[in-house]
Order: sequence, then structure tokens, then C-alpha cells
Amino acid sequence: MCLGIPGRIVEISDAANKLATVEIGGVRRPVNIACIVDEEYPVERCLGDWVLVHVGFAMSRIDEEQAARTLEALTELGEVQAELAAMRGSGGG
Amino acid sequence: MKYVDEFRDPEKAKALFREIEALAQRIETKDGKPLQVMEVCGGHTHSIFRYGLEAMLPEKIELVHGPGCPVCVLPMGRVDDCLALAERPEVIFTTFGDAMRVPGSRKSLMQAKAEGADVRMVYSPLDALALARDNPEREVVFFALGFETTMPSTALTVLQAEAEGIANFSLFCNHITIIPTIKAILDSPDLRVDGFLGPGHVSMVIGNRPYDFIARHYRRPLVIAGFEPLDILHALWMLLTQFAEGRCEIENQYDRIVDGEGNRQALEAVAKVFELREFFEWRGLGSIDHSGLRMREAYARFDAERRFPVPQVKIADPASCQCGEVLKGVIKPWQCKVFGTACTPETPVGALMVSSEGSCAAYYQYGGGSRERAPVEAAE
Repeated sequence: MCLGIPGRIVEISDAANKLATVEIGGVRRPVNIACIVDEEYPVERCLGDWVLVHVGFAMSRIDEEQAARTLEALTELGEVQAELAAMRGSGGG
Repeated sequence: MKYVDEFRDPEKAKALFREIEALAQRIETKDGKPLQVMEVCGGHTHSIFRYGLEAMLPEKIELVHGPGCPVCVLPMGRVDDCLALAERPEVIFTTFGDAMRVPGSRKSLMQAKAEGADVRMVYSPLDALALARDNPEREVVFFALGFETTMPSTALTVLQAEAEGIANFSLFCNHITIIPTIKAILDSPDLRVDGFLGPGHVSMVIGNRPYDFIARHYRRPLVIAGFEPLDILHALWMLLTQFAEGRCEIENQYDRIVDGEGNRQALEAVAKVFELREFFEWRGLGSIDHSGLRMREAYARFDAERRFPVPQVKIADPASCQCGEVLKGVIKPWQCKVFGTACTPETPVGALMVSSEGSCAAYYQYGGGSRERAPVEAAE
């Protein structure tokens, strides 16, 4: 929950609501990008960016190398598996 | 026992261990007691145990695993409130998976679900909002919990619900805030902690400045750290360097993610939707002033506490449970009377046994309960 997981923004799905599709470990899901955009860095510019995603919200922009390293570390901690399972199972209960 | 070879950069890890050892020898402590360093973030606790860092550190350094796991510090009464909401026939109760097993006074959410309550695990509050959109005849309640890392996500979800005019979505707000919590720990009379490893992702949201008082008023240094084992070692090295040089400052090891200002957009959303409660009850720590958040009046229609009857009965922690003393570093997990006997991960009595980020569960799972420090040579 607190560690987040890196993903890449592959589509801006709803610019008005600041929603994007992010690919995280091969899984695509909607992510809110409100916390990483402002006047100087508009929504459209985010396409292709690597971001750290916390519970469905992009909280920080990171570079590709950092993303790969973070994914590796999270995999060792078992966090990637847990996050992906949570994403797949979400809402179904 | 883990090995340095498992680290991403074993050479760097070895060098850091050597320097930490050398610094530890230089530092004089009161009565020859070990230096106590508290990590405030549950993610750090998890990493420390996963990599067995504690056993590889010099004896002079003692890690205290602080209250950084929001699931662990949830009091029984709040779990009972969740159950009261979840058991209403019109409610779909949504929660992060971590909270499912936390014991209430009668049962956990998982047990309530088995008995027929509509409890659903979600990955994100956005998924709870989607459930509300898809089930207009039901009431979807999201169990909002966590420190500043998850706060912006629930605040923004409420703002999204407002923008879309979704009327059947609400939050049961149990967010807690880090600064009053650290302050309460610093104010407790039995505290011995000498310095802190600061939380990485909370700091990503709030920045570095809110910690200044810890160095200024309480004369304890704090180093904000990432969660990878090398980050933690690096941050420990920075902390020990401060001790050795007689400095007491707030430093940032995790500068690839954390800057001084925090995340403006996130803080604005949080300030818009939430306000401080006068006090909030914690498992193991009792009541801490201004440590919890509630929803502002302007968002009352999204507040489950205002929309539904919530019992809010205060239930004391079990008498046998010593979570509070473990949290403050007064005792080690295995020194608790019920550790590993009445209290196990399968049947947790205390909060710290519930989640993998809780120090008791971590000791239990990773065999830290051996009560012996492994020799440092084993790490080479």
C-alpha cells in the first residue's frame, strides 16, 4: 500500500479528469495523474512518462532506470506480486 | 539469515557495513547502551526484515520498529465501526486487502464477509468509486486509511465523485497524520530513541520541512530514507555520521523522489477535503491529539460517519498485549508476554502481529524471534 509501484503512462484516457492508462508489470489500469501535472507540465505531456503509482494515483515522476531498479527491489520484497494481485482482484471481492 | 550477496550492489553494501561499523565504534553512548534508531515507515520495517539487516549491523545499533503501519495501529473500536457499516444490507464496503484480517472486538472484516456481508477488496479508491457508478441502487463505502501517502488518493477520489455528481459513494475516514504521531512518541516518558529514519513516500507528499522541529526542539536527527536495503544502509550511515560529528539535522537520503516542498497538488487536495480531528485513538499508543483526519463539513455528503450510524465505541487493547511498548522500543517483540504463544499471525492479539509490516509479524515470519543476534561475519 505505501511503497507504490512504477508504471508507464501509455494513454491519456480522460484529459479533463486527469485520468491516464498506465502499464504496470504488463497490466494496464486507469490511474489518476492529478498530482503530477500543473500549468507547466500539462496532462498531454505525460504520455510515455514513468511514474510511481500509489493505490491508483501517480504520485511522482521517475526516470526509466529508476523504474527498472525499483521494480526489481519491489519484486524481491514480494510487493509487485501483491500489488498486481490486488489490481486484478479489485472490486470483485 | 540473509547475505550481502543478495543486495543489488554487494560491494557497496559491504562498504557501507564497514563504515557503519567504524562509525559505531567512535560513538559514545549513555551507559554503554546501544544507539536506538527508529524507522517510522512500515515499508522500512518490511525491508529490514526481508534482508535481515538488523542482524548484520553492529551490536551498538538497535533498530526500533515504529508505528508506520497504518493497519497495525487501527484500534478495535474502529474495526467494529467498519463491521457496523459493512453489515448494513444496502452497503458495499470496500477496503484495501491489508485491513481484512485486523481483529475487531468480535470479528474481522474477513469473517464478516464469510458470514455474508458485502465486503470487497479494492486496489484503489478509484475502484470503489467505479463500483458506486456501476451499482447506483447500493451505497458504496470506502474504508480510507493510511498516512499522507494514501491521503491524496482518497481526497482526489472524493473530488472526482463530486465532479461526477455520484451520490452513493462515501468514505469512512481513518487517515492518520505522521507529524503528531512522531511528536507523541517523542513526548512519551519512557522513550529512548536517539534518531529516526524518516518515511520516504510520506515525505514525497509532505516534503522535508515538517520534520524540522524534531531536530530543533527534540534534538534528534532524522534521515529520510528510500525503502531499498541500500537506501536504508545509506541513511543509517548518514545518521551515524551525524552522531559522530555531533550534528543534529534533518537530512534526505531519498532525494531521487523527495524534495523539500512535497507535492503541492496532493497537499491542496488533502487540505480541501480533510481537516484534523481533535484526537484519534491508536492501537497500542492510546489517544494522540490531532493525529487523525475527518472530512470537512463541505464534503459531509461523502462522509460515512455522518451518513450512517457508526457506534464509535472505544474498546481497550487486550490487557495481555504490549504493542505500545514494542512500538516505542521499550521492549523487543519477543519480550512481550503473548508473542508467539497467544499472539501469532494466524490469531493476532495485538496490532503488530497483523500485517507483514508489523514488527511482531515480521519477527515471527523471518525468524527474528531467535532472540540472538547473528554474528556479522555470517554476512560476509
